[in-house]
Amino acid sequence: MKTKKQLSLKQRLNEEHTAGFIFVLPFIIGFLAFSAIPIIISFCLSFTRYDILGSPTFIGVENFVRMFTDDDKFWKSFGTTFFYAVVSVPLKLIMALFVAMLFVKTTRFTSVMRAVYYLPSIMGGSIAVAVLWRRLFASDGVINAILGTDIAWLGRKDTAIWTLIILSVWQFGSSMLIFLAGLKQVPVSLYEAATVDGCSKVGQFFKITLPMLTPVIFFNLVQQTINAFMAFTQSFVITGGGPRDSTLFYCVYQYQRAFEFHEMGYGSAMAWFMLLVIGLLTALIFKSSTKWVYNESKEG
Amino acid sequence: MEHKKIKTKSVIYTVLVLLGGFIMIYPLIWMVMSSFKENNEIFSDASSLIPSHFKFENYSNGWAGFAGISFSVFFRNSFIISIIGTIGAVFSSAVVAFGFARTRFRSRAFWFVCMLITMMLPFQIIMIPQYIIFNQLGWVGTFLPLIVPSYFGGAFFIFLIVQFIYGIPRDLDEAAKIDGCSYYGIFARIILPLIVPALVTCAIFSFMWKWDDFLGSLLYLNKPSTYPVSLALKMFADPTSISDWGAMFAMATLSVVPIFVIFIFFQKYLVEGISTEGLKG
Repeated sequence: MKTKKQLSLKQRLNEEHTAGFIFVLPFIIGFLAFSAIPIIISFCLSFTRYDILGSPTFIGVENFVRMFTDDDKFWKSFGTTFFYAVVSVPLKLIMALFVAMLFVKTTRFTSVMRAVYYLPSIMGGSIAVAVLWRRLFASDGVINAILGTDIAWLGRKDTAIWTLIILSVWQFGSSMLIFLAGLKQVPVSLYEAATVDGCSKVGQFFKITLPMLTPVIFFNLVQQTINAFMAFTQSFVITGGGPRDSTLFYCVYQYQRAFEFHEMGYGSAMAWFMLLVIGLLTALIFKSSTKWVYNESKEG
Repeated sequence: MEHKKIKTKSVIYTVLVLLGGFIMIYPLIWMVMSSFKENNEIFSDASSLIPSHFKFENYSNGWAGFAGISFSVFFRNSFIISIIGTIGAVFSSAVVAFGFARTRFRSRAFWFVCMLITMMLPFQIIMIPQYIIFNQLGWVGTFLPLIVPSYFGGAFFIFLIVQFIYGIPRDLDEAAKIDGCSYYGIFARIILPLIVPALVTCAIFSFMWKWDDFLGSLLYLNKPSTYPVSLALKMFADPTSISDWGAMFAMATLSVVPIFVIFIFFQKYLVEGISTEGLKG
């Protein structure tokens, strides 16, 4: 009797529906505990005043009103982050594509050089590089010594943001690898046909390479834009947001509001605004993609 | 004539690529070289690369750390967080990925979409409520907030492994099923050994991300004795207090050694991971 019952339990556990659910269960629990529920809590908190020690007080849309009408730093940090994303992402992708084109032919030389160009992407997120960057662009640092200039790169409002943009563009390596994988997918027969038809190398780039790569460019664009909007460490460690908030990224400001001023409600409102902006941007890129992303099944 | 032209072209190409490569890694070489320099040499002769004499004491001076805590503690903390977290992330992701790739349960499509959304979801959005939850649990100040979430599968890793499992012929599963093997048996005996390359890729990325993680440590760790290397280095290099730049660069150099070792030995996996799934790196 007992063995029969055990057997049936074992059998039940091996049913496709049950087994599948059990395998995915860790994700479901994790998703609910660490993503879904926090997002809901975050939404609720954005309508409260909460300093984490007391209990949250409901204040309606006050946080949002204050954000939009009475917080210069909010708009300033948003503008700075937007500028950073709009400048650094295209520069990074152009660099990545250009260098990828140089490495299409696989030889021993190109595979070694590919690794060299990729190395900064591996190291770039570390605090070591952030600290190094501060030294490179200091007024008595390496960049000035090489250029023979005497510019306080990190101390001037108009130059500080560019040191962060350069740091981001310097890490074009992983986009380059994605482009390389994409370039290898382009059928050689297309180029052969174009050469027979007398199409120049430049013409081939614009008429074959670029259109065939649009799906990869699209993917990179979405990914890098989100990353740029979420940038935190660079601004926090290298410039501390200064001088005079000229490099204060949105996420650094949000961190300050939440964890230095203990305004969890305001911080949550800022998080939700960012989520909406990123969602909107992603939707825009997706929507426009039907116009410029090459779709094999549609166009043949 | 034509031959000569091609040769000139390839020489120009080689020189330009080499020059570009040198510029790309110049900052890193400079960092390593500065870790052997005297303090005044780092400033007075900033553009020179080779130190006038190699000052190895920078390493012992730096290793002493700050606030009476040496870098051996910080490195130990980093290794604990990165290794234990990575084991959890890889194993749980493999289990979940098998469920998504090889079974058709009722709510599968829904959860799969949830997973894709998680991939796009920035950490900053859930940072505040997560902090509140971990604070309630009394986990702030411990490694738990940095390690435990890894044990519920990482969306990027699940996605990568699912793609990999799709490439394995189903005949193997079917044959095992006919022989009376359960889903759990198929996972453990057939799929798991076959997806090792994908697991290695995941382990590498997980380790690197955890090693470099800064925001998480900044949020949850408040005692210097619990700091990982990334946070310790930030404190060590505080512009208001730093005086020994040589020692700072020595520790900065050491802090990227694990990442560099992975890069040298597992480059193939890194490149494959990035090019097939477009992981951020």
